[in-house]
Formats: sequence, C-alpha cells, structure tokens
Amino acid sequence: MSAGTAKLNVTVAEVKPVNDLVTRFKFVRTGGGDLPTFSGGAHTVVEMQDGDITRLNAYSLMSNPADRGAYTISVRRDDQGRGGSRFMHGRVKEGMEMVISNPVNLFSLDLRAKKHLMLAGGIGITPFMAQMHQLAMMGGHFELHYAVRTASLGTYAKELSERYPGKVHIYHDDQNEAIDLKTLLANQPLGTHVYVCGPKGMINWVHSTAGEMGWPREAVHSEEFLAPASGKPFEVKCAVSNKIVQVGEHQSLLEALEAAGIDAPYLCRGGACGQCETNVIGYDGKFLHYDHWLTDEQKAGGKHIMPCVSRFEGKTLVLDR
Amino acid sequence: MSKTQFPPSITSRPVYGELEARSGSGHLMIADAEGAEAILDLAKSVDKAFWAKAHIIYIPKTTGTAYSSQLEELGAGQFYAGPSYEAAQSRIRRALQDCHMGTQVYLSGTEGLMGQAMAEATAAGIPHTAIQTEHRGSTARRMQCVHCKGITEDVTTDPFECSHCGLSLFVRDHYSRRLAAFQGVRVDAEDPGNIPEKVELFK
Repeated sequence: MSAGTAKLNVTVAEVKPVNDLVTRFKFVRTGGGDLPTFSGGAHTVVEMQDGDITRLNAYSLMSNPADRGAYTISVRRDDQGRGGSRFMHGRVKEGMEMVISNPVNLFSLDLRAKKHLMLAGGIGITPFMAQMHQLAMMGGHFELHYAVRTASLGTYAKELSERYPGKVHIYHDDQNEAIDLKTLLANQPLGTHVYVCGPKGMINWVHSTAGEMGWPREAVHSEEFLAPASGKPFEVKCAVSNKIVQVGEHQSLLEALEAAGIDAPYLCRGGACGQCETNVIGYDGKFLHYDHWLTDEQKAGGKHIMPCVSRFEGKTLVLDR
Repeated sequence: MSKTQFPPSITSRPVYGELEARSGSGHLMIADAEGAEAILDLAKSVDKAFWAKAHIIYIPKTTGTAYSSQLEELGAGQFYAGPSYEAAQSRIRRALQDCHMGTQVYLSGTEGLMGQAMAEATAAGIPHTAIQTEHRGSTARRMQCVHCKGITEDVTTDPFECSHCGLSLFVRDHYSRRLAAFQGVRVDAEDPGNIPEKVELFK
C-alpha cells in the first residue's frame, strides 16, 4: 500500500496524443466531485491493471493546481521500458475507470525564493507546467529554459511560449542549441532558486555547475524518478510476515512484496522519497543499490535497501518486512 | 583574542564555525573588532584573484586602526571601515542588492554583528546555512526584551536591566534569527522584587 496516500477513483475524461511520443490523459473523479488540491511539482501514482500484473507508475501533475475538477498528466512512451507507459498509450481509453493515489509533492517550489529559474529537459517539463500555473496566479517571478530534441517533439513548447511570453526559452537539440548554463547561473539575482527536471545527465550537470559557481545547495532542486532496473531473479525471506518471495527478472522487489500480499509502504516508486526504506536483517551476497535516497555510507553498510528500485545478487537476503 | 568555545545549549542558539575560502562569483565579508583576525587567517590560504572579487565591510569598534590597516592591505576590490553597524547597514544592503547568486558571505566577530548581517543576507535571499560565520572577540549579547520589545546591545551580565523599560531580565539562550537577538525575560515576574545578584557571564 501507499503510505498515507488514500486512493482516488477516477474516470479517464480525455486521451489526447500530443506528439509522436507523448500522450495526455485527463482524470475526473468517478461519480463527480472535486479532487484534492495539490501544489506545483506534485505527482500521482497511477494503477494499471495489466492482466494479472498491477503496474504502478508515478506521473507529475501538469494541470492548474487551482483546478480541482480534473487532473492532467502527460506520459512519454518508452518502448524499451517495462510496460507502464505502453499500457497508458495503448490500453487507456476515454471513459475507463482507474485508481490513482492522492497527490504527493517531492518537488515543491521553495516559496522563500525571490525568483524561480526552471530548467527542463524533454518530458521533464510536466511538473513545471503546474508550478508555472501556481506562480502565474501568485504573481511569482519565474523563467523557464526548456531543452527539446526537435520542434515537433517539443512537448507543449509552443503553448508555453504563448502562455508566458518572454519567460519561456526553448532550445532545440537538432539545431545545436544548448542552454548556456554558466552565463545563465552567473547572472541570477540573489535569492534565485534553480529547479531541474530531465535526464540524469542534465540533473548532474546543473548540480555540479551550480556547486562550482558557489550556489548554496539549498537553492538547487531536482526531481528524477528512476524506473526499477531489471536484473537476475532473486529470493527474499521476509522475517515479519514469514514468507519467502521470488523477485522476477523484470519485477522490482517492491512489486514482488506487494504481489505476495506483504504490506510495503511507498510514495514515489522511483528511488527518491525514502518511504519504502527497509531494514536488512541478514544477507549473503551483494546489493545493487540504484536509489538516490540512501547515503553512500548506508549503501555500503548493508543494513538498508530501497525495494522500489534496488536489487540483490547472492544466496540469501532477509528483510524486516 | 582566542576563539570562544560556547557550552552546549538549546537548538535555537546559533553555532559558529571557522571561515574558509569557497569558490564563488564574489566574496562579501562583514566583520567587527577582533573578527578581523578570522579574515586575516583566511587570507593565508587565498591568492590575489580572490581579493579582486572581495568586498570587506569592517566595524573596528574599540580596536582602533589595529586591524583595519591590515585588512586594507589585503587588497580587496572594495574596503570600507565604519564607526557602527548602523552606519554600515545601508552599505551592506546595497552590496547584497548588487551581487548575484554565487556570492559567498563571510561573517566574523561578535554575535550581534554576525546575527544582524545574517538577517540582512537571508532577507536578500541567501539560505542561512550557506552563510559562513566565525566568532571572535567579545561574547556580549544582543538581547531583546520580550516585554517592551526593546533591544539592548552588548549585554554582559545576567540578569541585566532592559535599556528601554528598566525591567530586570533573565538572559535566555533562546535566539531569534529574525531579530538577530537573544530573548530576555523578566527575572522577577512571579516574585516581584526578588532579583538575583548580577553575574558577569560575558566579556
């Protein structure tokens, strides 16, 4: 179960292809009524019944946080992925009833900032769309720099440029345009916070460049949800529930626990929030830590694992679940 | 003057570190009295290029020109020595207004100086955790009277008389970052007139 996040029964109100890779989905509450309010940067976990597999993927809410009538997400199809985005693209139709989680925000705006500088790469644009709605309503000071592969794959680039004239800057990879990060960061007034959402390389680039230029750690924010990695199947003994669980090649440890009926909390399912942190009671083998929650020390210590993205190779693994 | 080791206290009480040169687009250094020593110590590990981007704002208090001439010789891009924090305040505000993200702020000297300069820097948008501090010199405290809200500078005894309303106040470790002051609470509130003898706690 998802810790602290009640489920919402929703109906798909709209399925709209945006470009070759991205499709937009709109959810309204089944039976009518308002949805819970959220803040810019929040995500929801969408449950997908794919035969006897339940897929759970987190997607950023991109609609106006003030609009409680509907939630909107955009899903980028990943043909090499484990199947969640393909399910959304291929099987979800208007009128379908689905279950999603209450919104959770792991990428909120720091409202003490005097200026919000947003850096997006590809589908990383979605949390910023809700944040920009929020800031526009509040009269906040913001600026978006958005890197896209091509104009046709520039999801919402045109709409955003029209909605926020002068505040949106688009960079096209195929025209060799790139964000001049150093100059951009060097010219920001005191009190600016920078937010980045996009590929891992882009996030690391922003953190390291800002750090070298003397930006306070607290003024640099990022969000990246990881997809659970595939790997060799392994076996886990759960000491509390007294069950032995098999984790399949393309299944995450968290998914295997859930399939075995073991209560395992989560919020993001992407190695970021820390909610699923689980104590290791004993092990003989090696951990494959993929999360960005545990410290390097904890990862080396062999006492904790994040079941949503991390794996194990070896003889025995006993968990406190 | 040697560095003071403050005894462990409640969590709101500020703790101070040691200044170290960090990379950044500029270096704003604000110090009073013996706080100059922290900057002079830091100077041992940096080169000329560092000072070209530095701005030193210094309030000598009772130290005369003992330190200010040494600080001036460091060759900072901008150097200012002024008679009081109040006199330097508009310059501090202007310096913060003009600088960009990436500017490092270094504060050293008394708690009153560091607290007030930190309040300015955080109001300008720098997270307080990103501002370096080093305590040097007097341990006298800047105190706010919780009753009349008046602020008394350089308090050295406990209890002390509020310089505004005259009540005898107990010196608490409870600190307000917004006011840059410790809190003073009436010491004889429950038993009027029963005022303990003054102890000189700070020098």
